[in-house]
Amino acid sequence: MRYIEPHAHMVSRTTDDYQSIAQAGCEALCEPAFWAGYDRGSVEGFKDYFRQLTQYEPARAAKFGIPHFTWLCINPKESDDVVFGREVLSIIPEFLAKPTVLGIGEIGLNKNTKNEHTILEEHIALAKEHDLPILVHTPHLEDKLKGTRLIVDALKNAQVNPDRVVIDHVEEHTAAIALDAGFWAGMTLYPESKCTPGRAIDILETFGMERIWMNSACDWGISDPLAVIKCALEMKKRQHASELVEKVIYENPRSFLRQSPNFTL
Amino acid sequence: MPSKTDILDLYFMDARYKLIDIAAFLDRLDRHEGESDFRHSGFLKAMDAMLNPGDQPRAKAVLESLSDHSTEPVESATIQFAYGAPQD
Repeated sequence: MRYIEPHAHMVSRTTDDYQSIAQAGCEALCEPAFWAGYDRGSVEGFKDYFRQLTQYEPARAAKFGIPHFTWLCINPKESDDVVFGREVLSIIPEFLAKPTVLGIGEIGLNKNTKNEHTILEEHIALAKEHDLPILVHTPHLEDKLKGTRLIVDALKNAQVNPDRVVIDHVEEHTAAIALDAGFWAGMTLYPESKCTPGRAIDILETFGMERIWMNSACDWGISDPLAVIKCALEMKKRQHASELVEKVIYENPRSFLRQSPNFTL
Repeated sequence: MPSKTDILDLYFMDARYKLIDIAAFLDRLDRHEGESDFRHSGFLKAMDAMLNPGDQPRAKAVLESLSDHSTEPVESATIQFAYGAPQD
C-alpha cells in the first residue's frame, strides 16, 4: 500500500525505521521541527538542527528511496522565552530557500501561555510574509481543548487562508473545531496518548474523509513509525474500500502538501 | 459498513481487557497508602462522563471532562508537560 507519512521526527529514529517505512510503502515523509526532549541552550543549537533537517535527514531518507521534506519553527515548548523565540525566528528565513522546506511548523501552543501565544502569532506572520503553508501542533492532554480554540482564534485574527493550514493532533473533542473553521486536520496515532487506530477511524466515520490525514508523529517517545500503515489495515478490517483508505493515507496529504511548491510527489 | 456484531467481533476482547485493567487500577489506588490527587478524582469524573454523556458522544464527553475549560492564555507555566487531567 502506498502512503505518505506527513509527520515524523526521524532525527530521533533509527536507520532500521527508515527501512521498515520504505518496505511498508512510504512514498514521502515530512518532518516538522520539534522539541528535542530538552531545551536547546542557544540559537546555534537551532541552526545545527535546521541544517540536520534540511541537509542530513533528506540524504539519510534518500538512501531508502524516500523523499524527505521538512517544516521549520521553534516549537511551542521552547517558545515561552520570547527573546529566545525571536532569536530563533530570525534565523528561519535563511533556511526557507532550501529545496525541501514545506512551510512553518509545527507551531502552536504547549501550556497555553501568553508568551507562547506571542511567538505563535509571530510564526503566523512569518508564514504569511513568505506565503507558506502552516502545520499546527495542538497541546497535549488537558491543555488541548483550550489550546486548539486559542490557536484557531489566532489564525482567524491573522486572516490566514484555512486551506493552507493543517491543525494536527486532533481528537474527538477538537476535530470539529478545526474542520468546521475550514482548516485541514491531522490525527496522530500513538500507543499511549492521542488516537488509537480504532478511534482515528471513528473520527473519520464521524467527520468524513475530506481534509484530514493520519500520521505517526514518531519521535523519541513511545510511538510507532508504522502506525499509519497499521491504521490503514484496520480501516480495511472496518470494511472501508481500498479507494477510501488510499484517499486518507495518500491522496489527502498529497493534496495539502502540494500547496507547497517544494512538495514534488 | 460493519454491523454491531462485526464491531463486537473486532473490539470486544480488546475493550474487555482494558475495562478490567481500569478496574484493577482503581483497586490498586484503593489498596495503597497515601493521599490521592486531582488525577484520581478527574479519572472518576471522566468515568461518570462516559456513563452519562448527555447528548454528546462518550469519547468526546470523557475528553472534555479531562480538559482545562478556561479560555484565556495563562501568564506563565511552571511545568512543560501535561498531567492528563486538569488541576482544580
